[in-house]
Amino acid sequence: MSGANGSRWRPGSRGPAKRTPGSQLTRPWEPLWQFFNRLRPARWSAYVRDHWIGKPLVTAVPMTWLVLFFMVPFIIVFGISFSQSVLAIPPYEELLGWTDDKVLQLRLHLSNYDYLFTDSLYASSYLYSLKVAAVSTCYCLLLGYPMAYGIARATTTRRNIYLMLIILPFWTSFLLRVYAWIGLLKGNGVINNVLMALGVIHEPITMMQTDFAVYIGIVYSYLPFMILPLYSNLEKHDRTLLEAAADLGSRPWKAFMRITLPLSVPGIVAGSLLVFIPAVGEYVIPSLLGRTDQLMIGRVLSDEFFENRDWPVASAVAIAMLILLVVPIMIFQRYQNRELAHK
Amino acid sequence: MADTRTRTPEPWLDPHAQAYIRVENVSKRFGSFVAVNNVSLKIYKGEIFCLLGGSGCGKTTLLRMLAGFEQPSAGAVYIDGQDMAGIPPYERPVNMMFQSYALFPHMSVAGNVAFGLEQEKIKRAEIDRRVAEILDIVKLGEYARRKPHQLSGGQRQRVALARALVKRPKLLLLDEPLGALDRKLREHTQFELLGIQEKLGVTFVVVTHDQEEAMTLSSRVGVMNRGEIVQVGTPRQIYEFPASRFVADFIGSVNLFEGQLTEDEQDHVRVKCEELSTPVYVDHGMSAPPLALCWVAVRPEKIVLGRERPAATDNWAHGTIHDIAYMGDMTVFVVKLDSGRQVRVTQANRTRKPEEQFVWDETVYLSWDASSPVVGTG
Ligand SMILES: Nc1ncnc2c1ncn2[C@@H]1O[C@H](COP(=O)(O)OP(=O)(O)OP(=O)(O)O)[C@@H](O)[C@H]1O
Ligand SMILES: [Mg+2]
Repeated sequence: MSGANGSRWRPGSRGPAKRTPGSQLTRPWEPLWQFFNRLRPARWSAYVRDHWIGKPLVTAVPMTWLVLFFMVPFIIVFGISFSQSVLAIPPYEELLGWTDDKVLQLRLHLSNYDYLFTDSLYASSYLYSLKVAAVSTCYCLLLGYPMAYGIARATTTRRNIYLMLIILPFWTSFLLRVYAWIGLLKGNGVINNVLMALGVIHEPITMMQTDFAVYIGIVYSYLPFMILPLYSNLEKHDRTLLEAAADLGSRPWKAFMRITLPLSVPGIVAGSLLVFIPAVGEYVIPSLLGRTDQLMIGRVLSDEFFENRDWPVASAVAIAMLILLVVPIMIFQRYQNRELAHK
Repeated sequence: MADTRTRTPEPWLDPHAQAYIRVENVSKRFGSFVAVNNVSLKIYKGEIFCLLGGSGCGKTTLLRMLAGFEQPSAGAVYIDGQDMAGIPPYERPVNMMFQSYALFPHMSVAGNVAFGLEQEKIKRAEIDRRVAEILDIVKLGEYARRKPHQLSGGQRQRVALARALVKRPKLLLLDEPLGALDRKLREHTQFELLGIQEKLGVTFVVVTHDQEEAMTLSSRVGVMNRGEIVQVGTPRQIYEFPASRFVADFIGSVNLFEGQLTEDEQDHVRVKCEELSTPVYVDHGMSAPPLALCWVAVRPEKIVLGRERPAATDNWAHGTIHDIAYMGDMTVFVVKLDSGRQVRVTQANRTRKPEEQFVWDETVYLSWDASSPVVGTG
């Protein structure tokens, strides 16, 4: 696209801002272009910014993807959340409709959202989901940080083996691996049988249908998402910084706290959000391993949708969940930008 | 410049003086590669000792062994009489300025400089005072709040320097401390270093591959080549009396001739060089087997150009001027001898009269004093 206008490549050209008025007609994609332009990192130098080959193409691909698979579905779901459940296919009322006397009518039902606040089921499910996700994220961090640190400090050959092992579980279906945990945790499962055979316990411990089982499931499943961003951060650390700290009189533990830990905050944030966000909406793990008396929000959403066939309420739940997650996502993006800015 | 140096006594001449750093037969191997080979050194309190050598000759490795980041494969390092084996860097009375600066990217300039002091039990107010003081010295006061990535290369270097200096260590190791500074700032910082050294009595070990810097700064220079120390001496000794062909060639520019020893007396030697018109007569003796092959080094600035044939039977050669490079304070001539050998001669530009200048293709006589050449067999 950039080839269409040779003047862009002249040294000193500052891109779109300095165009002559006449050329506007020849470039109908200009508004789109300017929109993409606003997405670029602010810290790029004017030169890189203006001579970023393939800029429109590079941003167009993810933009198209996001528009097709995020924006459009989001708008549909957002629309449905203001609708009303009816016995039809699809089971909700159109927002726009003609009345008998030929009036185009837009009907927005806010009752679905009202419902979320009045029925305590939703609030408690939201809070429970946040709690489960937060606790699991903490465990993932406590477990994942030392692992990522160890991998980053290992020799190159070993490092690759460890990374391979971290990724290896993905070869098997996620669902199967969660089922396998049932076999381990249930009353006459592997863990109870072994402990009883060893005489450590006399009665089987109830582990299924508990928070404990959910934590195990989530930590087990999402640990790689914590380790990988942490590893990629820790691996880039300059070791002479630790030498400098030691040289200035800092013991290894203190040097870790003052140098390594602060520098790995972007990795911690990235890993935590990669665990926390999907964990909040997790459906499979709590359904298979978790409590029956306290549902997580993903389960509530699916029940509204499939059991009650109440699409509008299900949509409202989904939108509320999204808003709940937008805050952490924004924190995530801020840190990502900050890490980019450091380079 | 030499004044600051000569004021300090010369402890290395005193057989009873206690060395502050003793490096004894230290070697460092990385796999089968020998980075530092059997180095022995004595460095005295208050010295500015320069390690000088080409890239990759093991200077940084030797420095890192003093700082404690590398353990010697063989030999021992003593600092202040104490064997340093097994003593971690954070317990050594040593601070280092890294070649790569190693500034903490998440801390401000002031934070970087304060880091070392925060490791000691010093009050915050005192820390702030000392940080401000040292930042003033390196002229970075107004940059205290900036992060390292917002600084220029030279500014980063000064932060690194300040960070090492602020702890007032007994021994300061500087790895290429002034490489990224411009000439003015570099000279200024060199004098600052000398000032700090005098005020605080710090012992410096400075790594550099800049000879001029080594000459200006140091009390003594250790010249390294391929992991070995090939000569230790004052800048003057190293320059005027290089112990080996390598040192003669490495320090400054020099004209080296191959020759054969024809006379070797107590008070003089005479060397016959194929490339020169007359033999080289040197007014100091050396001891080598008769007729041994040897090298003769004559510095460009010690050669005099003339239009008249010298009367002496030694120490001159005949040639034509092949190239002239005007350098401002001096002019460099490349003279092609009758043997075809090219010789570098520098002449100070003492006057501005053009008629005295030599010109291209002029035939000239090169001569030098009998005290000027250095002869060696190594
Ligand atoms: N960790 C290491 N493993 C293997 N070889 C190394 C290691 N560190 C240094 N070396 C080698 O040892 C030699 C000396 O390195 P050193 O860093 O001491 O050189 P230097 O004299 O400081 O050079 P420069 O002036 O370029 O900084 C080099 O050839 C280098 O490749
Ligand atoms: Mg080096």
